[in-house]
Amino acid sequence: MEGLVNPVYRRRLLGHRIGIALSVLAMAIGLGFLAWILSTLLVHGFGALSHKLFALDTPAPGSEGGLRNAIVGSLLMVGLSTAVSTPVGILAGMYLAEYGQDNKFAAVTRFVTDIMLSAPSIVIGLFVYALLVPRMGHFSGYAGTLALSLIAIPVVVRTTDNMLHLVPNSLLEAAFALGAPRWKVAMTVRLRAVKAGVVTGVLLAVARISGETAPLLFTALNNQFFTADMNQPMANLPVVIYRFAMSPYEDWQSIAWGAALLVTFSVLALNILSRTIFRQKSPQ
Amino acid sequence: MSAQNATVSQETSPQAALDDASAARLRKTMRTQRLQDFFFHKITLLFAASVLLVLVGIIVSLAVGAAPAFREFGAHFIARNEWDPVNDQFGALIAITGTLATSLIALLVAVPISFGIALFLTEICPAWLRRPMGTAVELLAGVPSIIYGMWGLFVFAPMFGDHVQPLLKKTLGVLPVIGPLFQGPTMGLGILTAGLILAVMIIPFIASVMRDVFEIVPAVLKESAYGLGCTRWEVVRKIVLPYTRTGVVGGVMLGLGRALGETMAVTFVIGNANELSWSLFAAGNSISSTLANEFAEASSPLHVSSLFALGLILFAITFIVLSAAKLMLLGMSRKEGVK
Amino acid sequence: MNPDTKMTQATATKTKTKTIDISGLDFYYGKTQSLKNVSLDIHDKQVTAFIGPSGCGKSTLLRTLNRMYDLYPGQRAEGSILYRGRNILEPGVDVNMLRAKVGMVFQKPTPFPMSVYDNIAFGVRLYENLSKGEMDERVEWALKKAALWTEVKDKLNKSGLSLSGGQQQRLCIARGVAVKPDVLLLDEPTSALDPISTAKIEELISELKRDYTIAIVTHNMQQAARCSDYTAYMYLGELVEFGETDQLFMNPSKKETQDYITGRFG
Repeated sequence: MEGLVNPVYRRRLLGHRIGIALSVLAMAIGLGFLAWILSTLLVHGFGALSHKLFALDTPAPGSEGGLRNAIVGSLLMVGLSTAVSTPVGILAGMYLAEYGQDNKFAAVTRFVTDIMLSAPSIVIGLFVYALLVPRMGHFSGYAGTLALSLIAIPVVVRTTDNMLHLVPNSLLEAAFALGAPRWKVAMTVRLRAVKAGVVTGVLLAVARISGETAPLLFTALNNQFFTADMNQPMANLPVVIYRFAMSPYEDWQSIAWGAALLVTFSVLALNILSRTIFRQKSPQ
Repeated sequence: MSAQNATVSQETSPQAALDDASAARLRKTMRTQRLQDFFFHKITLLFAASVLLVLVGIIVSLAVGAAPAFREFGAHFIARNEWDPVNDQFGALIAITGTLATSLIALLVAVPISFGIALFLTEICPAWLRRPMGTAVELLAGVPSIIYGMWGLFVFAPMFGDHVQPLLKKTLGVLPVIGPLFQGPTMGLGILTAGLILAVMIIPFIASVMRDVFEIVPAVLKESAYGLGCTRWEVVRKIVLPYTRTGVVGGVMLGLGRALGETMAVTFVIGNANELSWSLFAAGNSISSTLANEFAEASSPLHVSSLFALGLILFAITFIVLSAAKLMLLGMSRKEGVK
Repeated sequence: MNPDTKMTQATATKTKTKTIDISGLDFYYGKTQSLKNVSLDIHDKQVTAFIGPSGCGKSTLLRTLNRMYDLYPGQRAEGSILYRGRNILEPGVDVNMLRAKVGMVFQKPTPFPMSVYDNIAFGVRLYENLSKGEMDERVEWALKKAALWTEVKDKLNKSGLSLSGGQQQRLCIARGVAVKPDVLLLDEPTSALDPISTAKIEELISELKRDYTIAIVTHNMQQAARCSDYTAYMYLGELVEFGETDQLFMNPSKKETQDYITGRFG
């Protein structure tokens, strides 16, 4: 075959093979890092897992302890943020989808939402601090909740907007043809048609805020003791990890690994769950 | 029953009485519906506007907080190489340098790897493997940044400091021009390490944008190239890349935007030293790590204000980069056609 | 003559009154004019069919009758469409109300993402306040009208999407009649269906016309000839000929109509 002998072709083929090899290498590197990080977590964090982790509160260095207050604090703040950001995000997304065609305001809002999606979360923390903490006189779980909500809302808005756009016009027209008013078509036909996608967006937002540390640093701060009072500084897993990991105390570091394991696997589980829901329940 | 009563549901005389009642009911329903539609529009508008309000709020609060620092040090604050809380002397140069240096390193490392991954997923990967591989990349994106920080501090940095850095020092450290970058004590923590951890963090973002952008290329275009006998690599270099150039750049800038603002991963490994040095091995500080470390304990008003100033600068840089990225990606989707 | 007397006379003789009176209708998609000076009548409790080659404007015409084009900026209609004496193109008309009286079934079956029962109840709940028992009756009645009752009576709680294509389309018809409209607009209702479902729906149409005024757009001439009482032939946005179906098909007055019907063109 003349092709394989042709030197020009041989050179091209070599270039092709090198390129492909590099590409496979890149994929391997990416997967390798994922495996490295996850295995590190398992190795270091597994030892810290015990019922004590869930039963006791964060300790002073040298004494026994667990993560109870941090777990509860995180659950409270993430839960409240989700409760706040879900309706706000969905309704804002509905505005963009329903009224956003030739609308300058909607175009600007969409643009800004996308920017806020990737904006530095520590700046959000600064903002909420400036807004609330001096006024209230102290750090609080509420401030932390607000910071987390401001991060979650753009995620929900974006996914809701994208999902609602997927609904075919023929379905909407069928609802309008019955004389349904606009709000009813939007809420009972359009939203329902992409229920799974919207839920996915919410779950992804929850996963995102579950792991965020920076916004909590100056808002909820942290609390060595257990409290369910949102008006007080509130313990939470990410800030505990930060404090304990960077400390010189080994028992604190061990607890930090345990917390890291809990947080990571919750976040990953949420990610996988949301993808599964989306795939299964999606009408398409 | 007057025939002049021109409602939409006018019928012949025997029906008229019945329809009058139903017409009145319908009119009431009409009114309710119009009211409901009105409220729906206003409420959703309000929530959509809240996002804009937050943006404005951030800019205003940062500016207000930063004003004293700028008043004290002037615009020159941005270029001042000084960060001394004890003597109340502040300048943004150290932090800005740290932010830019780590982000730049991150980009240099992440872009080729992300490109390779995106290429793999769209062109090389066998179909049955595509979903698990893609999910794995997205899981990497889902790992919270503080975990990267911990992994970096306890696992990566020691390994890096003990094995890789001495190697770099011996090889790259003796070269002219770039040599000084690779000199100095090899303690593992520092600008270079922080940059590398950042790289691993932004790889999944950039890869995913690139992948989306590669998939936009019309199949017919690629098929024409294959039909001429091009190898896969050539199709990518000659057809896919030029077509998606804007989108690729947009994706890279998106990654840059993320890297600039990243806090926890960087804070753990950057070493937290308020000094400038030519060596990449040296410890330093980025804007976000300075904020994370010092804000809670900052006491003097000037210190606090300088920190706000740093935040404002960071927000401004990020905003510009992300806006540029968004505009490029919009240009890409225009090519795809209006949805 | 007294308008009351005129009206009573007309209904007393039970001749075909005009439910919809279209005159001088123009339609624009942005700058492109797609309907030119269309004038015709749609008679009470009769089936009026619109035929013509693709792009002739028949669907556009149908969609003006319930102001469906309102949903899209850039589309506008000029002229007059009198529905029971009132021009529906006027600004003061309540469009939702109009659509409650002038129902539409589309080419592609569009069941809502709800149960079969809720699909039917959706439209009814918009304007009427029925008790559970009354609603059950109405749903059953509508499904019977659409010849779907026996097939779905045990599946009322199942999603509308779980039905076959032909069943989904009949569900949409049931949904349309459940609100007891005055007029039913059918936009190529059988073009997405198999021949057996098509036959069932054509049977349905001849029954429905006892209670409703029907306007149907179809690209299938034989369907128009079978099902309708009046036919309008359109070409390039203009009404070429309009008349009683038998008349139009057996003895068309225009050559263009003749050419289309005999397949010499289109």
